[in-house]
Amino acid sequence: MKGFGNFTVMEMKLLLREPIVLLFGVALPVVLLAVFGNLAMMKTPDPNLGGLRVLDVYLPPLISVTITMLGLSTISAVLSNYRERGILKRLATTPAKPLTLLLAEMVVHLVVMAVTVALLLVVGIGLMDIPAPKDFAGFVVAFVLAAASVFAIGLLVAAMAPNARAGSGLGSILFFPVVFFAGLWTPGPAMPEILRQIAVFTPLGAGSQAMQAAWDGDWWQPLRLGVMVVYAVGGCLAASKLFRWTS
Amino acid sequence: MPVIEVENLIKRYESKTAVDGVSFTVEPGEIFGILGPNGAGKTTTVECIEGLRRPDGGSVKVFGLDPLRDAEALRERLGVQLQESQLPDKMKVREALKLYASLYRDPADPLELLEQLGLTDKLDSYYSKLSGGQKQRLSIALALIGNPEVAVLDELTTGLDPSARRDTWELIEKVRDRGVTILLVTHFMDEAERLCDRLAIFNKGKVVAVDTPSALIEQVQSDVRVHFQPSKPVDSAILEALPEVTAVHTTATETVVTGTGNVLFAVTSALAAQQVIANNLRVEQANLENVFLQLTGHSIED
Repeated sequence: MKGFGNFTVMEMKLLLREPIVLLFGVALPVVLLAVFGNLAMMKTPDPNLGGLRVLDVYLPPLISVTITMLGLSTISAVLSNYRERGILKRLATTPAKPLTLLLAEMVVHLVVMAVTVALLLVVGIGLMDIPAPKDFAGFVVAFVLAAASVFAIGLLVAAMAPNARAGSGLGSILFFPVVFFAGLWTPGPAMPEILRQIAVFTPLGAGSQAMQAAWDGDWWQPLRLGVMVVYAVGGCLAASKLFRWTS
Repeated sequence: MPVIEVENLIKRYESKTAVDGVSFTVEPGEIFGILGPNGAGKTTTVECIEGLRRPDGGSVKVFGLDPLRDAEALRERLGVQLQESQLPDKMKVREALKLYASLYRDPADPLELLEQLGLTDKLDSYYSKLSGGQKQRLSIALALIGNPEVAVLDELTTGLDPSARRDTWELIEKVRDRGVTILLVTHFMDEAERLCDRLAIFNKGKVVAVDTPSALIEQVQSDVRVHFQPSKPVDSAILEALPEVTAVHTTATETVVTGTGNVLFAVTSALAAQQVIANNLRVEQANLENVFLQLTGHSIED
C-alpha cells in the first residue's frame, strides 16, 4: 500500500480543483433540497403519504443523487481518463500498485459523499424540520452499502469503457435510471407499488428504501441490504476481472 | 554482468507478430539505443523489459531478474519514461515530483532534479499549463526520481524543438555520467548517432544489426563526397587518376569529388602538390540513414 496516504491527499486536491464535480456532486443536491423545501406542494402534508410532507421522505433520494454522481459518474470518468492518458500504466512501472490509486479514489469520493450527506442532514433536519433518522446507525449502514454498490458499478463502467469519453458517457446514461429507481421523481411511499418491487433489485432502489426504513426506525431489511451486498461484491469481482491498467 | 539481457523475445498481438525473436544485451553504464521506424516492435520490446507486457516466447532479464516475477524488486531500480504518458491536468509540477518521490525507498532530491532540468520556475504550474518540452522534461524527471540504476526512455525528444532536443541530449549524457545505464528508444537517426554508445537497429519486429554507431556506419559501402572551391582551376584528369576517386564534377561554384576509402587525404594531397588551396572544404559521409537503408532496403521514414 505504498503511497496510499499521498495518493489520497493528492486525489482529494485534484477533485477539489474540479469545480464541476463540486457543483454537481455537492452543491446540486443541497440546492435541490433548498428549492424543494420552499415549494408549497412539498411542504403540505399529504394524506397519501400518511400525513407526511413529500419533503419528509425526500432525503434518501437526494442522498442517492450524491452517491450516484460521485460513485458512478465522477469516479468512472476520472479512472477512464487516467487510463486513456497513460497515468495508470505509468504508475504500474513504479513500486506503487495501481490498486492503491483505486482505493485512494474510493476513499476520496466517499469522504466527499459523506460531507454532502452531512450538509443535507444539517439543512434538512436543522432548517426544514425534516425528522432525523430514528435509527441513525442503521441509516449509516444503509448509506455505506449503497455507496459500495454504486462504487462497484462505477468501477465496472471504468473497466469496460474503452476511453474517457465513453466512460463519462456511460456514467451519465446510467445516472438517470439509477436515480429514477432511487425515487428522485417518486420519493418513498409515493412510488407505485409495482415500481417499488422492481426498484428493490436496483442498487439505489434498495439503498433508498433501506435508508428510508432506517429513517422510520426499522433498519433490518435483509432483502434490500442483501441486494446491495450482491451488487458491491459482484461489481468488484467483475471489475477486477475486466479492469485494464493500459488502454 | 549485463544490465539487460533479451533473448529471442517474441510477442504477438492477435495475428500480428510485433516482436519476432529479438536478442540484445545492455551493458552497465552505456547508452544503448533501439532505433527503428514506427511499428518495428521497439515499444513492445521495452514494455516487456518494464514488466508491462508478458512475452509469448524467449526471455527477458534485468539485473538477472524476471520483469514480471520479480517486479517488486525491479521497480525500485528501473526508471521509466513512457511514450505519450501524461499527468492529471490540475497536478502541479512540485506535487507530481513529490508524489512520485514518495513511492521509492531512496528517491532523488526533487528540487535538485528540477534544477538540472530547468523546471525550477515551473514548480507551481499546473501540468496542463506546461509546454510540450516542459512536459517532456518533467516526464524525464519522473523517470529519474527513484534514483534508478537503469532508465528506459521511449521517444524522449518527440515534439521538442531543436534547441530543447539538444538540451535533453546533454541532460541524458549527464545522467549516464552519473553511472545510470540508459536504454533509449528512438526513430531519430541523429539522436541515435549523437547519444548512443551502441545501438540495435529494429525492422519489422527483428533486430537487423547491433553495434556502435561508427562501426555500423563503417560497414556501409558508400561513397564519400568531398566538396571544395579550388583557389585556381584544377585539371580534373589529375584527380580522376587517383585510385580512390570514382568521379569528379565541377560546377560554376565548386568541385565535387566522389570516392571511397581515404579519398579526402588523396584529394588534398594532390591539390597541395599542384599548389591549389581547397577553400570551403566539406566532406559528406555515410550516416545511420545509409546504414538503415542498406540493412532494410527502405528508408526509416517509409
